[in-house]
Amino acid sequence: MIFLNSMSRPAGDPRLIEAGPSSFGSADRLARDLGWFSIGLGLVELFAAEKITGALGMRGNENLVRAFGVREVASGIMTLSVDRQAGLQSRIVGDALDIATLATAMRPDNRKRGNAALALLLVAGVTFLDLIAKGAIAARHRRENGKVRSYSDRSGFPQGIEAARYASHKKLQDKEDISAGAGSGTKSGDNAT
Amino acid sequence: MRALVWHGKEDIRCDTVSDPEIEHPRDAIIKVTSCAICGSDLHLFHNFIPAMKPGDVMGHEMMGEVVETGSQMNGRLKKGDRIVVPFTINCGECEQCKRGNFSVCERTNRNKETADKVFGHTTAGLFGYTHLTGGYPGGQAEYLRVPFADETHIKVPDSLTDEQVLFLGDIFPTGWQAAAQCDIEPTDTVVVWGCGPVGQMTIRSAVLLGAKQVIAIDRIPERLSMAEAGGATTINFEEESVVERLNELTQGKGPEKCIDAVGLESHVSMGQPDTLLDRAKQMVMLESDRPHVLREMIYVCRPGGIISIPGVYSGLVDKIPMGQAMNKGLTFRMGQTHVRRWTDDLVRRIEEGQIDPSFVITHTASLEEGPEMYKVFRDKRDSCIKVVLKP
Repeated sequence: MIFLNSMSRPAGDPRLIEAGPSSFGSADRLARDLGWFSIGLGLVELFAAEKITGALGMRGNENLVRAFGVREVASGIMTLSVDRQAGLQSRIVGDALDIATLATAMRPDNRKRGNAALALLLVAGVTFLDLIAKGAIAARHRRENGKVRSYSDRSGFPQGIEAARYASHKKLQDKEDISAGAGSGTKSGDNAT
Repeated sequence: MRALVWHGKEDIRCDTVSDPEIEHPRDAIIKVTSCAICGSDLHLFHNFIPAMKPGDVMGHEMMGEVVETGSQMNGRLKKGDRIVVPFTINCGECEQCKRGNFSVCERTNRNKETADKVFGHTTAGLFGYTHLTGGYPGGQAEYLRVPFADETHIKVPDSLTDEQVLFLGDIFPTGWQAAAQCDIEPTDTVVVWGCGPVGQMTIRSAVLLGAKQVIAIDRIPERLSMAEAGGATTINFEEESVVERLNELTQGKGPEKCIDAVGLESHVSMGQPDTLLDRAKQMVMLESDRPHVLREMIYVCRPGGIISIPGVYSGLVDKIPMGQAMNKGLTFRMGQTHVRRWTDDLVRRIEEGQIDPSFVITHTASLEEGPEMYKVFRDKRDSCIKVVLKP
């Protein structure tokens, strides 16, 4: 893509020769992949709820699965955004809900409990990835606590704030005096006439 | 040469790219000696402003030494000159340039047709700032081609350091214009939302322009400490109510002048429910910008007051209380900075020692460290307020 863009640039503009390391780190990439996974799973849950409940022996829970689909899509969008920490957090809460719901399918009379167990295992694996991504992203973006620098010595006014204020007020005062003087000058001129 | 290149959302790399070349007789090439990461670069980093393309060179705050010129400099620029480059490219000849409205120059946007369609009428070309404003390569690089260079430059005295003059290209005149367009009077209270680099410059400008009281609003302690050092009374909006505190500081009347130095990415928090809704709408592309500061300014501003907007907005905003604004008779002034309109005066003020803009620099790094510094600046890590890069 970047090479195609390079070809369409005006002749004098810089064109890519060799790319350097990206600011988008491995934790960001993992979060992005989980975001797309979330959207994909959400769409499947929304549009194939009957097949999912059938495979898991959970007939009658189609609307619940569709609701989970909406949740997955929303979490996915959030995880793909700049606020991916919030997205991952919502995914982890969603994982807990998924696990709790799948646990109800593990009852002895469910002939599809094998499928439910496999699904539980998959959700547990994804939860593990979510936790890793969440931890790594938090570490990358955290503002160090307790290391706040004070910039109270950086006024930007080499002659001090008072000098800056005095100079500006004097200038405004001079301006007012000049316009007042000009005003009275006109008056006296008028009187003389 | 080495340059910081945009590859996609949050993906900036220090790449090797071909050197820029003179395309037009009014072009010049400079060897960049210093450049900076601007708060509005973060909007591009987050891909909130449309029309970036992978391969675009970033950066619109830069200065350096002229190493090559086209044949039409008309004696205004020569090899060896030390210049700061304004981020708004101007021709100096069109009707808008002649009026001093340099940021809406009619001739420098090389994607004028697109801009005409999107904005209604084109604005000036900008360096390193999307293909809507010309798609010109930016200055976070070792070399930069300056189009219309005979007009688009600020010559700076050798007696001043790079750090003292670098910000003449953007944040200093931006802060100055934000304050100047408030028509500050000696009895005025000026409130500045956002204590990032532009906010800091705005605070100093308001002091130099004679405001009675300057109030600064933010939530980051080090930014507030810098604002206080510049003469502002500070409000931490996470610790106290902005509305109540402003009423207290203005005897219940509200500030006469309100300045938005935040722009489209206002902080999202539970304490400000409108920001949560804005963020949700932004994620699903129902709204492009988060205008919490605009709403708050309109609410707190004294009737008859002025709202000044140097903060960058990119597209569509929702739930702006126009009823309040109209009934209170507020005046809105905004726009990209007409850099050269202000710079002669600002160079003089720096030379006279009235102000030294280098106070805002908290980090200096090499170009290779640039991608990491984008993240440090974005995450406000290590008390970062302003990053200067040395190619």
